[in-house]
Amino acid sequence: MSAITLDNITKTYNKGSVLAVDKATFEVAEGETFGLIGPDGAGKTSIFRVLTTLLLPDGGNATVAGLDVVKDYQAIRNCIGYMPGRFSLYQDLTVEENLRFFATIFNTSIEENYALIKDIYVQIEPFKKRRAGKLSGGMKQKLALCCALIHKPVVLFLDEPTTGVDAVSRVEFWDMLKRLKSQGISILVSTPYMDEAALCDRIALIEGGKILSIDSPANTVKKYPGKLYAVKSSNMHLLLQDLRNYEGTHSCFTFGDSMHLSFKQEAEDNISKLTAYLTSKGHQQLEINEIDAGIEDYFIRITEKANG
Amino acid sequence: MRPLRFLLQKEFRQILRSKSLIFTIIFGPIIQLIILPLAANYTVKNINLAVVDHDHSTYSKKLVEKIYSSGYFLRAGYGDSYNAAADLIAHDKADIILEIPQNFEDNLVRENKQQVYLAVNAINGTKAGVGSGYLGAIIADFNNDVRLQWITPQRFTQAPTIDIVNANWYNPYLSYFMFMVPGLMVSLLTGIGAFSASLNIVREKEIGTIEQINVTPIKKWQFIVGKLIPYWFMGMIVFTVGLAVSRFMYGIIPVGNVGLLYGFLSVYLLTLLGVGLLISTFAETQQQAVSVAFFFVIIFNFISGVFTPIDSMPGWGQALAYISPMSHFASVMRMVVLKGSTFHDIQSHFIAIIILGVIFNTWAVINYRKTT
Repeated sequence: MSAITLDNITKTYNKGSVLAVDKATFEVAEGETFGLIGPDGAGKTSIFRVLTTLLLPDGGNATVAGLDVVKDYQAIRNCIGYMPGRFSLYQDLTVEENLRFFATIFNTSIEENYALIKDIYVQIEPFKKRRAGKLSGGMKQKLALCCALIHKPVVLFLDEPTTGVDAVSRVEFWDMLKRLKSQGISILVSTPYMDEAALCDRIALIEGGKILSIDSPANTVKKYPGKLYAVKSSNMHLLLQDLRNYEGTHSCFTFGDSMHLSFKQEAEDNISKLTAYLTSKGHQQLEINEIDAGIEDYFIRITEKANG
Repeated sequence: MRPLRFLLQKEFRQILRSKSLIFTIIFGPIIQLIILPLAANYTVKNINLAVVDHDHSTYSKKLVEKIYSSGYFLRAGYGDSYNAAADLIAHDKADIILEIPQNFEDNLVRENKQQVYLAVNAINGTKAGVGSGYLGAIIADFNNDVRLQWITPQRFTQAPTIDIVNANWYNPYLSYFMFMVPGLMVSLLTGIGAFSASLNIVREKEIGTIEQINVTPIKKWQFIVGKLIPYWFMGMIVFTVGLAVSRFMYGIIPVGNVGLLYGFLSVYLLTLLGVGLLISTFAETQQQAVSVAFFFVIIFNFISGVFTPIDSMPGWGQALAYISPMSHFASVMRMVVLKGSTFHDIQSHFIAIIILGVIFNTWAVINYRKTT
């Protein structure tokens, strides 16, 4: 049985004038960590809210743990954990009170499921008497994860859990998710960070409410058509303009400390022609290397195709 | 029922932890009940009276002394120039001018008839009306004294007169506090009831905690009841505090049954919390909730009869008062506290408040379903 299935889920806002999710279809297998990758406003949160029974879809069917999100919403609420993008615990209750509250309303206790949260909770336990509002961002997020896990959910929904969290905490957080996966919990996680996508079992790229691609991170990047080159020179600003004006260029983007460039047509003499062109434009210390495409490169490539 | 218990536990913990809330609920009413009745006092006193005396006779001085000794008037000026006195009104130093004409005494004695002239600053209508009324009564009284002195008493008075004797029922000394303090308690409870619950629910919306609650097995009614019960208790506490303040500060001891007051209050609070709940379904932020609650509380207050009698309102005002929960509680409060009314006397209010409570709460629950 799949942990989550979506079949042509559609969601609109403002009486149908805003299309947030456009016939989204995917499946998350049991015990899988599935990433929903896309920029802000792509429709990730809408999908989360439909799956967590907070929103009714306008069309399509969806199940969570084999239960229908519309008909069996009460049963779903008993067996899922949801961590919204925004910190949504009681800031005026202490760490311990928040955890105990969420345990009790699920008819369980901290002690009963302590094993599940132990690894995470020990890190915030020294502050258990502190009010949640006074915690640092990273600690708030750990507490939220504990509260979402305390009733031993079958499926865990994490909506942009690492947005606004420092780099070290982000790495720690993904380590925690890995451990949860080993406990057999299925996880649906969304993120705008492409580097985190590589940590999922499978990812769906989403843009403008449409699912553009579903595959493992490794296979996703393999789908990149053609070759990709990293170009560097002494004058990077001018380089971007010149590359974009070059007749053979398909697309060119700034990427870290270099330009990622793809050609319209793959040809043997692409590099030599480009080198000659750039030299004639006065570029020095020119470096052109073929590289493997990343998820972000692929994402940019398919979104520009989708946008015409 | 187990989840409800934990919700209530959480709710009370949060309330007790919020110092500002405790202050507004416990100390707020005490301070307001101490300050407001003194400030919102309709008894007109300290009327500044300027006297323009063109006569300077024994009688004119007697009249002036009689007026000032009544205790309601302050000396704002005494002279023989009307223009100077008019200037005092223009500069807000005098409220009323009393002009005594020349030959006041002579004419009064000789012709048995005299006129005085009153000019009243009517910007503050209440003060002007009540002030000139007092003054008229004092002058009439003075007139009587003079007549008694000058007209030889006869066996039968020449003109038959009707003498009016007043008896003030339920509030024999016309104590302003007896009337106003119970009314202000109603006003305070209405404010707290309409604001606190709606603000609390909207707060959960605003900071997003309702999202987290909605994905738990907690049912809507449990969440709503979990919000209403704590504020229902708060209302009861505020009322008890208010009764204590009015007893020890103003010596007001309800003539009627206090249990009856609590009985009515318990239904009234449910109605009011329904109004708060309704507001919370319309508002997304606490700021919106405050604006809407403020709108209703102001209307409730002004048509409640606490400050102005409902009977003197126009027809639509009276109709509005009838569908406003606060006016029913205000009537019941005064009836029971001052008059000792029994359940039988107030049952029409009871029925009205129950109907209003059912309407507001049903509306709120229906609307709550729709919005989420």
